[in-house]
Formats: sequence, C-alpha cells, structure tokens
Amino acid sequence: MAKAMTKHSDAQSIPVSFTLNGRLQEIEVEPHELLLDVVREQLGLTGAKRSCDVEVCGACTLLVDGRPVSACTTLAFEVRGRSVLTIEGLAQDGKLHPLQEAFIEHGGFQCGFCTPGMILAAKALLDENPNPSEAELKHFMHGNICRCTGYKKIIESIMAAAKKMRAMA
Amino acid sequence: MLRRFRLEEPESVAEAAELLGRFGESAKVYAGGTELLLAMKEGLVQYERLINVKKLTGLSDVTSADGALVVGALCTHHQLENSPVLKDKLPAMTKLEQKVANVRVRQVGTIGGNLCFAEPHADPGTLLIALGAKMIAEKSSSKREIAAQDFFVDAYETALQADEVLTKIHIPAPAPNARSAYLKFGYLERPSVGVAVAFNLNGAVSEVKIAVGCAGPAPRRVAEAEALLEGKSKDEALRHIAEAGAVAGRAAQAISDLHGSQEYKEHIVGVLLKRAFQGALS
Repeated sequence: MAKAMTKHSDAQSIPVSFTLNGRLQEIEVEPHELLLDVVREQLGLTGAKRSCDVEVCGACTLLVDGRPVSACTTLAFEVRGRSVLTIEGLAQDGKLHPLQEAFIEHGGFQCGFCTPGMILAAKALLDENPNPSEAELKHFMHGNICRCTGYKKIIESIMAAAKKMRAMA
Repeated sequence: MLRRFRLEEPESVAEAAELLGRFGESAKVYAGGTELLLAMKEGLVQYERLINVKKLTGLSDVTSADGALVVGALCTHHQLENSPVLKDKLPAMTKLEQKVANVRVRQVGTIGGNLCFAEPHADPGTLLIALGAKMIAEKSSSKREIAAQDFFVDAYETALQADEVLTKIHIPAPAPNARSAYLKFGYLERPSVGVAVAFNLNGAVSEVKIAVGCAGPAPRRVAEAEALLEGKSKDEALRHIAEAGAVAGRAAQAISDLHGSQEYKEHIVGVLLKRAFQGALS
C-alpha cells in the first residue's frame, strides 16, 4: 500500500481494532494520524468533510459510541475498541434513516456540504432526547454550521424526523 | 496536518510525572486534545511526545466528600454538565458547562485540559476562582494544593511545575445559603468577557468573591470589588453594584483585540457583574 511505504522506519504503529458502521475494522495508525484522514483517505468514506478544521463547524462530525466528535481534531488511535458511525452507515438494508428521509422531504439541505454532520449530530440528539423542544434542538445543534444558512428547513427536518421516530418506537 | 510525534501512555500519575520530568519541554500532557491539537495543527507548538493521561484511573468522576466537591481532572465537559452532584450542589457550574464551546468539544474536552492549557478565553477558571477552588498538583513523590486564584499565571501559563500533573479540583462545600453565578458574553466562537460571583446570603451578603476572565490574559479575582459589596444588605449591595462593576472592569486587564476593545470589555464586565449578582440573588 502506498500509505505504508511513506511511513518512517522508526514510526510508532498503534493497532486499532474498532467497529466502523457495524463492521469490525483492524488497522494500524501512527499517533499523529487524524480520524478524519483515516476515514476519508484510508477507508474511503468521504461523507465527513474537512471544512473549518478547528472543531467549530461540524462538517466532519462522526459518532463515536453514539456521541458526536470532530473527526478533524480527533486522533485516530482514540477509536480503539469503540464504535464509529459515519453517514454511510446510517441507512439500513438500503432504507434511509428517518432523518435522511426527513431532510429530503423538508428540503433540509441546500449545497449538502454540512448535511452528513447535521444528520449525525441530530441522530445523537434524538437518541438521547427523542422529543426535544426547539430550544433544546438549537442548543444541541449550535455547533453545526450551514454556510447556506438553511437552518429553518434543517430544524423542520429534524423535528419531523423526531415525530416519525417517536411514532415508530 | 499534524507533525509526527510519539505517544506515551502512562498508567499512573507517578509514571506520567516521571515521563514529564524525563522529556521536559519536548513532551506535553494530552487528554481531550481539543485545545492542544489545534495549536499543534497550526504549528504554533510542536512536541516530540504526547503523554496520554486518559489511562490514569480515579480522575474521571465528581464526588462529594464532607460536603466539598472533588472533580477529577479527566472529567469531560459533557460529564460535568450532566453530573447530578454538580446539578444539586453547584448549579452555576452546570450552567457554565452546558455552554462550553459546542457539543463535540464538550464530549472530549476535559476540565483539567481546559485549566492547564490556560487559553484566556475559557470559562471554568473564572468560576473556580470565585468558588475558592484548589487545584491538586501531583508529581512522582509529592502532592500540593494551588489556590485557583494563583493557578493562572498568564495567557497559556499556569503555576504547575514541568513535572506536575493536575489531578483533581477541590471546591469547598457551598454553605446552605451559598449563591453563585457565571455569565459570559461574546460574538466570536469564544467569549470576550466572563464574570463569576459567589456569596452567602443571610439578610446581608457575605463572603463575596468576584472574578473576571476572558477579557485579559488570565482570569483574576477582584478583591476591591468584593469589598464594595461585603456585609451589605441586598438593596445596599445593588446600589454599589455599578461601582463594583467599574472596579472589576479596570481589574480585568482587558486588552483590545478581535474580541472587542479594552473600553468595550470593561463596560461588559460591569453589565455582566450586575446581571450575575441579580441572578444569584433571585
């Protein structure tokens, strides 16, 4: 692998065994490798985006053990023994998650760049609080930025998905 | 882009302190990494080694011992905003923690990292000063307490020695009639000004402590402003609150930068002190 050839001979290698979208992954990383780079470049899942690169915008949001993290500033070795969910792992058996459906139905995205992070953050919120008030939703989601400023539709989408998920539960 | 470094993973405080002593300036303690990794990615600091302290045990919970609160340095902001002990004994701390950065930073960022990195635009240090907290610093063979008000030396600089590890934060037991509040204001990602107030209320206000942060290089206690309120009745104290705010504003060592001009920050200190005091009274 090209990646392996570029590694220093004295490089420290850390075995990382973790679950990625429900499947066991066993990889080796160096301490300085970032989760976002490993997921995008090494594992080929490009849903999470690099944008601000300083934990502010939420475009690189991934769920680690169900909780949102900024993959741009997470060292890859930190997911040892953990479960990572990316947007690619959200649909089940070819069926979109209710949040994904709601974003389509309610026009919850414009350019789409922030959408993977928005949907994963919203999933973490709804898993913890299935019936959030609009204020709770805004507080939880305040670290996810939509540069198209499509917040109204995003809020509508999440509220609609919450309702649907409560009905299904 | 991060430069290559080596990772050390000590399993005891003594081992961590020993590594810090051995590698000196070329190594840095790493916990949540929410501040450190940003600085490293920017190339502002560079280390040959990071010492991951997350394997240290017994530093990840909030306990109440003899009424005093003991916060482990490895507690994440997420843990603290959800801690039943804090919610019960120190709601001002709960509210502060709910508003630190954003949900992702709170998920991994630790209170110890926040304090040790000593980024000037941080919240917890200011409230901890007003609460009279003590930082517990340990090394291989010794342990000492550092008062929160003496912990922050300058921007990005604490009173910790090179081989000391911040392990716990002790917050004295709040009296049954204790009141406290922390308020911040800013329009960028980080706050421009933070103000904390704590006092006991029995007819008069007593044991008043006031601290200001974010505006200058490090959070500071403002004894001169406290003296204006100490021992006063509620109404009398409220009559002096504007003066106390002006004193606190001057003491904030506010600097003019992207977060606002010096005059602006000094003014906001006064506004926040009044609101925090009124909020704590009600």
